[in-house]
Amino acid sequence: MEHYNMNLTLKVWRQKNASDSGKFETYPVKNISSEMSFLEMIDVLNEELISEGKDPIAFDHDCREGICGACSMYINGRPHGPWHANTTCQLHMRAYKDGDTVVIEPWRANSFPVIKDLVVDRSAFDRIIQAGGYISVNTGNAVDANAIAINKDNADAAFAAAACIGCGACVAACKNSSALLFVSAKVSHLALLPQGNPERKTRAMNMVAQMDKEGFGSCTNTGACEAVCPKEISIENIARLNREYMMAGASADK
Amino acid sequence: MKWSELFTSSIGKKWVMALTGLFLIIFLIVHAGINACIWANDGGVMFNKAAHFMGSTVVIRIAEIGLFLGIFLHIIQGLMLEFQNRSKRKKGYEVPMGNKGSKWYSRSMGLLGTILLLFFILHWWHFWVPARFIGHEELTEIEINGVHMHNMYNLMQYTFQELWVVIAYVIACISLCWHLIHGFQSAFRTVGVSNSKYMALIQNVGIGYSIIISLAFAMMPVSMYLGWV
Repeated sequence: MEHYNMNLTLKVWRQKNASDSGKFETYPVKNISSEMSFLEMIDVLNEELISEGKDPIAFDHDCREGICGACSMYINGRPHGPWHANTTCQLHMRAYKDGDTVVIEPWRANSFPVIKDLVVDRSAFDRIIQAGGYISVNTGNAVDANAIAINKDNADAAFAAAACIGCGACVAACKNSSALLFVSAKVSHLALLPQGNPERKTRAMNMVAQMDKEGFGSCTNTGACEAVCPKEISIENIARLNREYMMAGASADK
Repeated sequence: MKWSELFTSSIGKKWVMALTGLFLIIFLIVHAGINACIWANDGGVMFNKAAHFMGSTVVIRIAEIGLFLGIFLHIIQGLMLEFQNRSKRKKGYEVPMGNKGSKWYSRSMGLLGTILLLFFILHWWHFWVPARFIGHEELTEIEINGVHMHNMYNLMQYTFQELWVVIAYVIACISLCWHLIHGFQSAFRTVGVSNSKYMALIQNVGIGYSIIISLAFAMMPVSMYLGWV
């Protein structure tokens, strides 16, 4: 692909802290290489802001390899930008052309309050995982890995669900700010495997209870979550969670 | 987990919406089937007999109570969920997502449902209230095979002489079609159908069902207004 440079206009959400009301600031950026990543482009802007003695734009990032789930920008009306099955860090500037205007917003949901600029607090997801995202493992010698036979289709579906990196794009995209795609991926990846069986019922009930406690909205199956998920988590997992939850709740002892 | 907790959690409410929705989907087949008797071209004899049957047995009277409970549970909970869900994002986006990833009608179930609620008030006022309670001067008595009954056919023909009524009914049927296209497959997802083999079937059947039912209902006032029956 041919290399080119571009000048862009960025409209970025700036908010000093959680209690600040925040506003959009417009920044022109010049000579951006088409081979840069989106976050490198922000780095260039931040270097300029620092040299001018201004506060750089705060944003979450860690691995920059699309596997940690830290980056979280809502770019021109889509979480993680325009590319399919992609994280913000893996978005490259060849997605844009000279003269484009790019609007960058943080994830918006009451359950993901803005900490600063584009950084939101996603610890609600951690608390949901703590509520049931674990299995019981016997102590003692390690068991032979092949001792438990697992159906290949189930293993594949569990692995696909386990690919969820917990970035929160599903919540950001959902008109109801529902976290059900995330919770359904976490429940599915353990419910599909024999190792997840001992806590199967309590897991579904406790994780959903925690999700409701965190104040996420209710799922209405619009499918926006699946469309923006960088890891292509299927909405089928939501149907599985609906089933797991009702079976667990209806058969619970009290 | 208590029953009350099970059905008031976010997924529990989804189940209530889906089960009442599926119940209403079955009801619409019965309703459309009986009303389709107007096209028998017999001056309303078959339709009046069918309508009379629907009010003549105690089983159907009991089912009617269930139907109203189902409709109101679906409406009230639907509206509450719509308002609750909207409140979950106090600060919205500068650039909305729009149709990137979801269909407009799947995001507009609250609006489409509200149009249907307004239509029901009109519809009940036109037919159910006169037939059950206050009567109507065009709701005459007739005798078919020695049985006295309401001439509902006559009331229908009278009601659908007004153009604005026909337009209101057709708008409601269009809303119904979009509401069903999302609702039919969404209800099955909610009750846990996740096999792609079944979902493909359900999606196609759902689209077919939505179009046939809505078209059948829309054609009733249109047929009467244009004098086809």
